[in-house]
Amino acid sequence: MTAMTTPSTTERIVITGVGLAAPGADSLATFRANLLAGKSGVSTIDLRYMGTHPAGLCSFDETKYRKKRENKRGTRAGCIGVYCAGEALADAGINASIYDPARTGIYVGLTEHGTVETENEVYNIGQYDYNVDYWTHHHNPRTVLNNPAGEITMTFGITGPHYSIGAACAAGNAALIQGVQMLRLGEVDLALCGGLSECVGSFGIFASFRAQGALAEHADPSKASRPFDLQRNGIVIAEGGCLFTLERLDQALARNAKIYGEICGYAINSDARDFVLPYGPRQRECMHLALARAGMQPEEITIINTHATGTKQGDIEECQAIRETFASSMGKSTWVNNTKSHIGHAMGAAGVLELAGNLPAFQDNLVHPTINLDDPDPACDLPGLVRHTPKELSQVDAILNNSFGMLGINSVLIVKRFLA
Amino acid sequence: MNRNEIRDVLLEIIADIDEEADFAGLDDHKPLRDQLDLDSMDFLDIVMELRKRYKLQIPEDEYPELATLSSCVNYLEPKLRHI
Repeated sequence: MTAMTTPSTTERIVITGVGLAAPGADSLATFRANLLAGKSGVSTIDLRYMGTHPAGLCSFDETKYRKKRENKRGTRAGCIGVYCAGEALADAGINASIYDPARTGIYVGLTEHGTVETENEVYNIGQYDYNVDYWTHHHNPRTVLNNPAGEITMTFGITGPHYSIGAACAAGNAALIQGVQMLRLGEVDLALCGGLSECVGSFGIFASFRAQGALAEHADPSKASRPFDLQRNGIVIAEGGCLFTLERLDQALARNAKIYGEICGYAINSDARDFVLPYGPRQRECMHLALARAGMQPEEITIINTHATGTKQGDIEECQAIRETFASSMGKSTWVNNTKSHIGHAMGAAGVLELAGNLPAFQDNLVHPTINLDDPDPACDLPGLVRHTPKELSQVDAILNNSFGMLGINSVLIVKRFLA
Repeated sequence: MNRNEIRDVLLEIIADIDEEADFAGLDDHKPLRDQLDLDSMDFLDIVMELRKRYKLQIPEDEYPELATLSSCVNYLEPKLRHI
């Protein structure tokens, strides 16, 4: 790694707006309150062919930014995306008079897209003896991979670039990284980026996790998502979305924007070894690379927000990687939590929702707890793992957000408290 | 189905596409697209719904028959008379 140089204000990228829809929350304030209260957003879904399973479902004002007919024509991911985009822009106080819509980029992280729509259409033609004359003309515009981002452009008249970043469950972080890079390259002046998930609509995604032995089950859905706990038995699938407005620091300062934090380090790497199994050593390398890019030492990270999903091996691999990277600071200057224990796994939206849920720590100096961690797995022992109740600190300086995905993709994002 | 029933079905289908569609003052002899917020995808929705409800296959070269409410009714009347 080359030595860090101090970035200029045109290279420094800050988060100035947050829009989200999470299980149990339609705003950052409610989301944060739930996380601090240890309140689960997980309920259940009764899905075609699958029956009832724990799931994270979102409730928000779906017609706040576009009409019902547009929601009907579009996709659930598009609907969530439009809401998140509208909320992020409003939160940032940004409109077309502040940033040229032609110089605004939309980068949306997706784990997958089109599965829900395809399943629905196959089911639909099943009602007509599989006659493809009944296959909808909406199928292609709904399932092209730029769909959710494209729906956002149409609602808000954004004419700059828009596309999706496919990076399994690391996609939210990957889209933020794309936004940072495009701003630094000067390709755009405003990046609207994050991740979206409509996965709860797909029986196939539930069935595939179940076939893999990785679908969480619990009589009480609020207790189904339990990373690091001995009783964990898999993933709780969630829908949701979170989009951030990213700006170059000089322009954010010039318009006196509220600044949530500065993205100071990031990394993406690949395991290059397995379709589904995670690999701790590569995750560790990814964290080291992000720290090096940020010019930071492990002890300078205040909160590690883990990716852990509640699978046996995945949680253990990540804990091992964290223990090796933060051996000297965990439980001293570095604390660890997990947001999925509250909302389940929002797939492409997971990384960014989890980052958003931790950003208010720069103001309230609280580390939100990991819930459902009643019987910690010794193999997941992490000094500094915050559970049950929030941990109050004198100051939170930096958050490291892990987000990993299938096919061995690892992403790490570091956001620090903004200091001029 | 008689002409009035066919007209009602068409309005019902359009209302299902756009629940905010305002039918007050709708002129049956003027193009629907000039009076309502409908685009080409919406017309395909109408065609699909007629197919689902009545197994009607409307060839693409006959889509212009659906331009106005009265032309729709004229076109559909012989096809739906026995339903």
